[in-house]
Amino acid sequence: MEELRQACLQALALIGRLDSQLFEIVVLSLQVSLTAVTVAAVIGLPIGAALAVECFRGRQAVIVLFNALMGLPPVVVGLLVYLLLSRAGPLGPLGILFTPTAMIIAQAILIIPIIGALSRQTMEDAWREYEEQLRSLGAKRLTAASTLLWDTRFSLVTVVLAGFGRAVAEVGAVIIVGGNIDGVTRVMTTAIALETSKGDLPLALGLGIILVSLVIALNAAASLIREAALRRYG
Amino acid sequence: MFIALGLTCAALIPPGGWAQQRFITVASTTSTEQSGLFKHILPMFQKKTGIEVRVVALGTGQALDMGRRGDADVVFVHDQAAEEKFVADGHGVKRLPVMYNDFVLIGPRNDPAKVKDGRDITGAFRKIRTAQAPFVSRSDKSGTHAAELRLWRLAGTDMPASKGPWYRETGSGMGPALNTASSLNAYILADRGTWLSFKNRGELAILVEGDNRLFNQYGVILVNPAKHKHVKKDSGQSFIDWIVSPEGQNAIAGYRINNERLFFPNAGRRSG
Repeated sequence: MEELRQACLQALALIGRLDSQLFEIVVLSLQVSLTAVTVAAVIGLPIGAALAVECFRGRQAVIVLFNALMGLPPVVVGLLVYLLLSRAGPLGPLGILFTPTAMIIAQAILIIPIIGALSRQTMEDAWREYEEQLRSLGAKRLTAASTLLWDTRFSLVTVVLAGFGRAVAEVGAVIIVGGNIDGVTRVMTTAIALETSKGDLPLALGLGIILVSLVIALNAAASLIREAALRRYG
Repeated sequence: MFIALGLTCAALIPPGGWAQQRFITVASTTSTEQSGLFKHILPMFQKKTGIEVRVVALGTGQALDMGRRGDADVVFVHDQAAEEKFVADGHGVKRLPVMYNDFVLIGPRNDPAKVKDGRDITGAFRKIRTAQAPFVSRSDKSGTHAAELRLWRLAGTDMPASKGPWYRETGSGMGPALNTASSLNAYILADRGTWLSFKNRGELAILVEGDNRLFNQYGVILVNPAKHKHVKKDSGQSFIDWIVSPEGQNAIAGYRINNERLFFPNAGRRSG
């Protein structure tokens, strides 16, 4: 357990030093993953709401597909986005391979199914409760969907947090499309992978401790806001 | 709340994604990046020319592939045969030798295959095979992997066709492969630079070094702008000109770990 002790010391030392490079990496990680989760929420939540209230042929198949895609391997998404954005690929002329934008795209693709599938389940459960009521008021599907989105908003925060957790923790996709370039596309997870490669296990684990602490802090903040909001609006 | 947070973050990202005025993308190998060489020499180049160099570190095979797809402006790798083919196929303009270091045979201190005496690398490989001692292979089409297969051929063994359970193909970079060797107490061929900067050594040590056949030459190539129009040929060429100039060569020579030199500049001196 000597290594674990050293890792904790490393983590504390890094934080204590206010290491500017570490700060840059942390900020980039948060920027990339928060942007990705925003994009994914804007796309995934309406999909979830639509799947919850709409009846159409093949709906069950779409639901199964979304549920399955929650298990998309990051490295596959990374490869796919790499081939799309590569100069030899269809979106090559954009020249955004090895930029944070490419990383945001990869993470968003990875978590849209998570947000879509989990929010669909949440809203479908609520829909069963309200369906009669909303129908008797003559609500159209669009109104029903937006009502559901609003009424389940506190549960949906958890859904979005799950997406954020997946985005900020994955390494397989961002290392391929970002290239782990020092000062440009190096984020927490790729830095951890790099230090592991160099055999500096305590430093790698130290960075890991910082990453986990950040995610806990963010979740705690979200939980506090949720509590406050619940008390206020019931 | 998240949407607001996310939008703020998105607003902080300048268009083009942190694009600096001028930069080039160099596809290089894990050995040059992880040994710390680039961190040492690139700031000098940027200070002189204002050109930022963005390094993507991969195995030599993958780095050349990146050049082939036009995703890099310059490739800086170490597998002469593959580099010459890259240029001959029209993907690169010209290959210039830059520097060399050497490969070393790493193994457990207690040396179960008894390879420690002498500098004969093929003899050592034969002994490892006879003893069926655990051997970790990169197996990732990197320059080091190519060198390892070449040495096996010289030792009279066609790898991986005649591998046994003692021959572990990890398909990973130099560092991860060393981590594996360290936990298995296995033999492994490594480049000296990565070994020197590697920390998780455990029971491993250098057992064979100094054989001429362990020579490891690095070359630099500009990706062919005729094939990929967006290649930044002027900035890329300035980087190549600088790294083979006396100034760049001195910068390489000046990089040391524990007072040990990692790379030896030899631009223009050796075709090799």
